[in-house]
Amino acid sequence: MGEMEQMKKEADGLKTQIEAARKAVADTTMSAASAAVAPAPRVQLKTRRTLKGHLAKIYAMHWATDSRLMVSASQDGKLLIWDSHSGNKINAVPLKSSWVMTCSYAPSGNLVASGGLDNMCTVYNLKTPVVKTVKELDAHTGYLACCRFLSDSEILTASGDTTCALWDIESGKQKTVFLNHVGDCMCLSLSPDMNTFISGACDSLAKLWDVRDGTCKQTFQGHTSDVNAISFFHNGNTVITGSDDCTCKMFDLRADQEVISYQDAQLNAGVTSLALSVSGRLMFAGYDDFNCNIWDTLKGEKVGVLSGHDNRVSCTGVPPDGMCVCTGSWDSFLKIWN
Amino acid sequence: MSNNNAVGSLAVAQKAVKQLRLEASVRRIKVSQAAMDLRNFCLQNATKDPLLMGVPSGDNPFRPPKSCTIF
Repeated sequence: MGEMEQMKKEADGLKTQIEAARKAVADTTMSAASAAVAPAPRVQLKTRRTLKGHLAKIYAMHWATDSRLMVSASQDGKLLIWDSHSGNKINAVPLKSSWVMTCSYAPSGNLVASGGLDNMCTVYNLKTPVVKTVKELDAHTGYLACCRFLSDSEILTASGDTTCALWDIESGKQKTVFLNHVGDCMCLSLSPDMNTFISGACDSLAKLWDVRDGTCKQTFQGHTSDVNAISFFHNGNTVITGSDDCTCKMFDLRADQEVISYQDAQLNAGVTSLALSVSGRLMFAGYDDFNCNIWDTLKGEKVGVLSGHDNRVSCTGVPPDGMCVCTGSWDSFLKIWN
Repeated sequence: MSNNNAVGSLAVAQKAVKQLRLEASVRRIKVSQAAMDLRNFCLQNATKDPLLMGVPSGDNPFRPPKSCTIF
């Protein structure tokens, strides 16, 4: 047998082995296991703030760790820094390229980053008298879909060139490149302990990576289209994904498989974004049909909806203190609900 | 097919097999165990979840406190 045929035979054998091992531990489903749990209360949230200021579609938003400030990115070519409590704009950062797809607030509050069709991740210092560009991180050969700071010196990026990367901001160089996806990387989420992160891509897979050594530790299948949104649960053992296949799914890292799917026969719109409440019980998922649906993560049931936007909900975020949920839309507004 | 292509494809296939071996070696726990841990986590943290419990207006930073009206 030629070497190629041998490799293929071994690969097929391993795939069968993995499937069998997953089946062997699938002694129940998440919804069956949660049957005895009291249902989550019907959640009715009101719009507390409508943040007006952007002049075009909003593509991304991210809360600062103080749960008060947040950054939003729009294809009007600006990043806006908001004080969510007062509704005031604190800062406006003009972007060199208006084709922005992502933004991120550093945990320290000192820096923000953005990127998009320019294939670069640009880092800005908010604490200088005038906002200054700290670095342009330029090495990806595809669009920048998502970025997340680990600290003021390191940032993770996910790119349309199918790779993710860990950068040293000061030198502007990639320290580690994460290679394994075969489709555009669309989203990433850092684990609570920051040792691993999870990525979602257009190859319909989610992958778990070791931040330091660059290895892909686990691969999660189940979606049938692009994975646009992903978030770690606060316990560090579970991950939720949202996809163009109109479903969200929960994958458990220790059971190495999908344990619940959040779907509805009447839902025909792709999922663009998602965020979890602090206990993880509620999941806010933004869809192409202008709504944000609220799901009970344990029971897999829809328990509410946030309607109010006049176009696609492109981003959602819950601040660390869990006091509200923010939705951002192509209608150019951000809304704060609780 | 040139020799380089053949060597390239083989390298890709070898990498794929290596990755599958790594993923196959993951130690898996039972879904019932994972579900129980997750359930406990959610229930234990429920009281600290403002979106689940509701936020009293006095404590809501997005809502002005009820003002006193003096007639």
